[in-house]
Amino acid sequence: MELHHSKHHQTYITNLNAALKKQAEAVHASDITTQVSLQQAIRFNAGGHINHSLFWQNLAPTSSSDAKLSAAPNLVKHIKTTWGDEDKFREAFKAALLGIQGSGWGWLVKTETGTEQRLSIVTTKDQDPPVGGEVPILGVDMWEHAYYLQYLNGKPAYVDNIWNVINWKTAEERYLGARADAFKVLKASI
Amino acid sequence: MSSSLLRSSALRSALRATAPATCTRAGLAGATFVRGKATLPDLPYDYGALEPNISGRIMELHHKKHHQTYVTSLNNFSEQMAEAKHKDDVKSQIALQPMINFHGGGHINHSLFWENLAPTSSGGGEPPTGALASAINDSYGSLESLKEKFNAALAGIQGSGWAWLVQDTQTGSISIKTYANQDPVVGQFRPILGIDAWEHAYYLDYENRKAEYFKAVWNVVNWKAAEARLK
Ligand SMILES: [Fe+2]
Ligand SMILES: [Fe+2]
Ligand SMILES: [Fe+2]
Repeated sequence: MELHHSKHHQTYITNLNAALKKQAEAVHASDITTQVSLQQAIRFNAGGHINHSLFWQNLAPTSSSDAKLSAAPNLVKHIKTTWGDEDKFREAFKAALLGIQGSGWGWLVKTETGTEQRLSIVTTKDQDPPVGGEVPILGVDMWEHAYYLQYLNGKPAYVDNIWNVINWKTAEERYLGARADAFKVLKASI
Repeated sequence: MSSSLLRSSALRSALRATAPATCTRAGLAGATFVRGKATLPDLPYDYGALEPNISGRIMELHHKKHHQTYVTSLNNFSEQMAEAKHKDDVKSQIALQPMINFHGGGHINHSLFWENLAPTSSGGGEPPTGALASAINDSYGSLESLKEKFNAALAGIQGSGWAWLVQDTQTGSISIKTYANQDPVVGQFRPILGIDAWEHAYYLDYENRKAEYFKAVWNVVNWKAAEARLK
């Protein structure tokens, strides 16, 4: 956790700030070519920052009451109507996480179509962030740096154990809230 | 001499195509549709032989666990692919292609990678000679300059992937290319030298300091193996 937060996450922020600074200069100079060439670096490093910020918030120590499913009554109800029961949901999430080829993230997201709210499991590659209009409820980092020192190649055990440290209180808040609410933490930290 | 012959024959057999067997209409569920299976090649050196540049712990996990998983999964998906072909099930064949690309790529990439590394006592890190040395000098000015550009390419990979020195099969010229995840070097380009930039390749030794791994790995690059791939 320390390496992940103080080194990896910090590197994304450092590189994002450097890219944003260059972009501001390019905007100032009306240099469109440079602006376009910076987009991938901004997407990757901003994605790394967004994803990790969401991730830290949706984790909690096992001993905390926030790590209990009972902290998310409304969300759990919706999970049950969507997947049948919690175990089936966990199985589906696990299959999605283990199906990622390379680095990436798995997410439980809420999408709204008209008055209907739907839950679904999606994966994003590398540091692509969940910014397509959905509300991110839970994110799980599937980069090897997230588990390798502890689990080595035992990726399934990491996925099984992540459920012990999910912050269901945060998940419930994101579920009940609007899209902007989930990203609140980010505004505060930039 | 003889050991390098052994090495390339081991690689060839490891990379042997999994040829679909001719199966009869009477073939039942559970029948084997694939004749040749991919196998994990032996390393041409001991797990600890690349220390201190790459630890024995990393090499053992990387070979025995990671590479083995690609081999097992490739065989599994090849079997499913052969079955889908047998049944003329095009939808399943298309759905299986990314799995073959990923696991087959993982098998090919790692097989090539083990061979293009060597302990310093067996020539690891010794600069290339002959046609490859000339091509490097022509394209990059010097070996040092190639390494610099190669390391910049490795550092620029966003996520998991590989950097390769490749040869253009049309023009014969060499260049550095990066590939995402386990995408193998196929088609227009021929793999000459590959470096694994997945975190599992260095994390236990170098943690987030991947630049140190990229720097150290050149001490154990087997340029002889790279030279043999150049045409
Ligand atoms: Fe990383
Ligand atoms: Fe991470
Ligand atoms: Fe690898």
